[in-house]
Amino acid sequence: MPKLNLEDLDKISEWRRRTTMLREGAGRAKVTVHMGTCGIAAGARKIMDALLRLVEENDVKDVILTTSGCAGLCSREPMATVELVNEAPVKYVDLTEEKIGAIFREHVLGGRPVLEYALALGSERTQ
Amino acid sequence: MPYRANMMVCAGTGCVSNHSLELKQALEEEIQKRGLTDEVQVVPTGCNGFCGAGPIVVVQPDGIFYQLLKVKDIPYLVEEHLLKGRPVPRLMYVPPEEKTPIPKMNDIGFFKGQMLVALRNRGMIDPENIDDYIARDGYRSLAKVLTTMTPDEVIGVIKASGLRGRGGGGFPTGIKWESCKKAEGDIKYVICNADEGDPGAFMDRSIIEGDPHSVLEGMAIGAYAIGVSQGYIYVRIEYPLAIQRFRIALKQARDYGLLGDNIFGTGFSFDVDIRRGAGAFVCGESTALMASVEGRPGEPRAKYIHTVEHGLWNRPTCLNNVETWATVPVIILRGVEWFTSIGTGDVSQNPWGGSKGTKVFSLAGKINNTGLVEVPMGITLREMIYDVGGGIPKGRKFKAVQTGGPSGGFLPTELLDLQVDYEQLTEAGSMMGSGGMVVMDEDNCMVDMAKYFLTFTQDESCGKCTPCREGTLQMLEILKRICEGKGVPEDIQLLEDLSHFVIDASLCALGGSAPNPVLTSLRYFRDEYITHIRDKKCPAHICRDLNVYTIDPELCLVKGHGCGVCRRQCPDSAIVGEKNQVHNIDQELCKKCGVCLDVCKFDAVKVA
Ligand SMILES: Cc1cc2nc3c(=O)[nH]c(=O)nc-3n(C[C@H](O)[C@H](O)[C@H](O)COP(=O)(O)O)c2cc1C
Repeated sequence: MPKLNLEDLDKISEWRRRTTMLREGAGRAKVTVHMGTCGIAAGARKIMDALLRLVEENDVKDVILTTSGCAGLCSREPMATVELVNEAPVKYVDLTEEKIGAIFREHVLGGRPVLEYALALGSERTQ
Repeated sequence: MPYRANMMVCAGTGCVSNHSLELKQALEEEIQKRGLTDEVQVVPTGCNGFCGAGPIVVVQPDGIFYQLLKVKDIPYLVEEHLLKGRPVPRLMYVPPEEKTPIPKMNDIGFFKGQMLVALRNRGMIDPENIDDYIARDGYRSLAKVLTTMTPDEVIGVIKASGLRGRGGGGFPTGIKWESCKKAEGDIKYVICNADEGDPGAFMDRSIIEGDPHSVLEGMAIGAYAIGVSQGYIYVRIEYPLAIQRFRIALKQARDYGLLGDNIFGTGFSFDVDIRRGAGAFVCGESTALMASVEGRPGEPRAKYIHTVEHGLWNRPTCLNNVETWATVPVIILRGVEWFTSIGTGDVSQNPWGGSKGTKVFSLAGKINNTGLVEVPMGITLREMIYDVGGGIPKGRKFKAVQTGGPSGGFLPTELLDLQVDYEQLTEAGSMMGSGGMVVMDEDNCMVDMAKYFLTFTQDESCGKCTPCREGTLQMLEILKRICEGKGVPEDIQLLEDLSHFVIDASLCALGGSAPNPVLTSLRYFRDEYITHIRDKKCPAHICRDLNVYTIDPELCLVKGHGCGVCRRQCPDSAIVGEKNQVHNIDQELCKKCGVCLDVCKFDAVKVA
């Protein structure tokens, strides 16, 4: 094995941080897919798969994907909440793979909420 | 594919002995069964410190804390939390005397009051994976000192930080490094003291098991500053997991060229070897340790010859504790200003001026949250015991806390607002030591506790010098006598005189500190000694020989209907009485074993 130089140290660090960042819960953005029974029945699984793919394809390192239970609005599932650091969370409803793709590009990467898919700006208080 | 969740399974010694590795396997199987292998990663971590709640799993990124898990909980946990996104309240932590579970790790009192520096990677990394360490700024400090700082600059930073030894003496680390650098000789050594002989202490073990590279990086930085190319880790053989983690870490660091020749192409070379000790308490003492590394019996020598000049194989040697080494990289990376903002006193003029940074303690005894905690220096004993430690179990009353290991002093209720720092603890008759903390409640007898700890230090005295060998033995005999009701009033003065004599005349700090429990119990709990000696009574009823057991005739007859259980269980046939009649204890025959007290369901047996 070749000896490490300083750039190698940076490379390993950056590459590995993708996994370890998750443990700190400290990404720039957090996307929560609501995967209660209702969400799963309505296709939340596909939304999660699409998001995992998008993160991979775009080589994004500072976005955390996570799941939560039913958001209490079962008729509008699948749902997801996007939270950027220091900004109000936005809840998206009636999601499809196309819609989540647009949300990912515009909101998660671009920082501009996609108002036409949003339920409402803001969210009930979470801990 | 990136993962969306990490299941951090505690694989510290405590959780492993509570079957956390079986738990990890069950998790992996269940995750595979549910088709989540690509999304959810299971990561074994070092000790989380909350050992009483083990085995522990923390789910990230949400920081949900699950405790006391069993293999049979796993399918439900995976289905609910990972598949449906619903954390499972019944597997969460519930504070004593409360009903609502606390989902998030960082909201739990035990974790909230802590500040992780030496334990910065606790629960965050896989200790057997060097990349995990690197991802959290690992080896960055080493790179920084090797490429941008001179050895003197490094020593300057450590001196200015006020870092003091975490192994017991509290000697300023920067000054020690400087003396060793200035000492005459081309071959010098650094050593990591991982002997950790204090009973019940596991600070160092936990750091090694959870983050071995932090110690290696600290040692490499010290080696560069002092001008050393060989280091040793002295670790007791009773720490097999720590030894294994060190071995893995050493191999990975060598493979990456972070140890060995010409590190980062800077021309600096350094490597580390492990030396295993047989686990004698005295071998943690610096000169005994070095003798043991050389293969000689672990006995200390007189202190006027300094190890920084004449240490291992008579060469200049710098010995530091595990926690001290692990703290070094953080100081280099985050700077003096940050480090000195934590803690007490002022170290801007000299490093003896205060206690800076954090300290790891192991909390044990009569306390709700037993485990390992890292707190800022200057925290009060009260905050430590009630906020972090969660108070005393079963609503009992606090009596004393012993800080600093088996030769630390006992501090009473009046001193609960004392700040934990080197000077204040020493002034109160105790010490920082390596960070043991044993809490005692109203059911403990302080004479008995002093006897208990002196039994340990007496047993571990190596026997080389007479004051320690004979002095502690005589003190122990006196304490035993007092506990048996054979004490005389002169014993108190005799104990005090002997204590000072042993402290002043012993060769090393084992004898130099062993009398602390006796001296502080005499200072703060003198009336308990007097009661034992004058009244032949033990107020906590711990010293059995002083107890008198009797049976309350009323309760025995009315409540118990003379059930006779005590009579049948008494091993000395000291209880007389007919069935359905009042029973009685024959004080001549009673050997005071206390069985009757334990077996009586009607509280009819009384002890006085
Ligand atoms: C009896 C006795 C036992 C000791 N045991 C330990 C120990 O287990 N670990 C430790 O680091 N220091 C122990 N010490 C303190 C060491 O002698 C030494 O002060 C310390 O390792 C220096 O490192 P530091 O300056 O980083 O604390 C012990 C001292 C005595 C007298």
